[in-house]
Amino acid sequence: MKELWQIFSKGLLAENPIFILALSLCPALAVTTTVVNGLTMGLTVTFVISTNNVVVSIIRHWVNPKVRVPVYITSIATIVTVAELVLQAYAPDLYKALGIYLDLVVVFAIILARAEVFASKNGVVKSFLDGFGMGCGFTLAMVIISVIRELIGAGTILGMPVFGADYNPMLIMILPPGAFMLIGYLVAANKTWNENREKKAAAREREAAKAARLAAQEKGAEA
Amino acid sequence: MAEYFTLFISAVLINNFVLTKFLGLCIFFGISKNLSASVGMGMAVTSVMTMSSILAWLLYFFILEPFHLTFLTTITFVVLTASFVQLLELVIKKQAPALYNMWGIYLLLIATNCIVLAVPLLNVENSYSLLKSIVFAIGSGLGFALAIILMASLREKLAYANVPKPLQGIGVAFLLAGMLSLAFLGFSGMKI
Repeated sequence: MKELWQIFSKGLLAENPIFILALSLCPALAVTTTVVNGLTMGLTVTFVISTNNVVVSIIRHWVNPKVRVPVYITSIATIVTVAELVLQAYAPDLYKALGIYLDLVVVFAIILARAEVFASKNGVVKSFLDGFGMGCGFTLAMVIISVIRELIGAGTILGMPVFGADYNPMLIMILPPGAFMLIGYLVAANKTWNENREKKAAAREREAAKAARLAAQEKGAEA
Repeated sequence: MAEYFTLFISAVLINNFVLTKFLGLCIFFGISKNLSASVGMGMAVTSVMTMSSILAWLLYFFILEPFHLTFLTTITFVVLTASFVQLLELVIKKQAPALYNMWGIYLLLIATNCIVLAVPLLNVENSYSLLKSIVFAIGSGLGFALAIILMASLREKLAYANVPKPLQGIGVAFLLAGMLSLAFLGFSGMKI
């Protein structure tokens, strides 16, 4: 059980596709102008990546390793087409807003990477959890980025005004330059946070080693 | 004639693929550390994109549309661009080894890349004619080349700058791209 939880949770923060692995950035910048778009994109990717992981895991014994990449790509493209048709039928406005970026989910590096690295070597349940975790991490990142952009750039969250009528929105956050700069600062913040955490962990280890040494010395003195 | 010129200029400058549409970011940030590699990448992307849009256009308007198979567009285009790039790699390796040594490595990188897939998709979405598709593909490719060469030149200068520690590496690259994108935003006011 604990192992399964670890497989799922590593995608959320420790190996977050956007902040840590810096993969699939195109959509993170392009569709995060509003929270709704970002969330839809995140959920679509979650669906595609977990379904694809399951498919790859099921067929892993029959696919010749030489042709595995084309097989994976075809599988991803099929699932993306399904997702696209569903969105087109039930949420045409969102489908239009995401536009070409929805098609481009096919070539997301993160989806192919999870199929290649994880699903082609593991069972169905584990592969599903891995894909689902990565998808949730991706969605989380998309929501964080789009909340910041929509809040500063339009003064709203999910279309609801937050700051009141007096707020003069900083339009640049919705335009492309704002997206690039925001990601730059987020990457820097994440790097600092990670470094601090590592430093703390190292310090804690040193303390523990020191305590163990002292304990050993005391024991020696007693004897 | 004027129509084609407008399309070309807007693909290169106004709707620059990298800086306003965020396509091809992986190679944009990955390759732009090195100026000569960026020039090679720009050329490779332009040529592959042009050839694959011609193929995709023919495939779409002669096979997919007459047989009402347009829902298969994404799958066919992905398979088409990926296999075309692989084929091109084999041919170049055999016929022009010198060229392969220069560009071969970039070809592999762009086999499944969003920028190469996006142009054929946009062509059929806007139902451009074949000639228009070619102009659009060349324009987008040159726009990509322009952006990546500008970025590489900037990053070479950056080696002498004192960048704050957390921003070093990819962080400051994003800020630079933001500035470049801001500059390109100026073109959107252009009327042609």
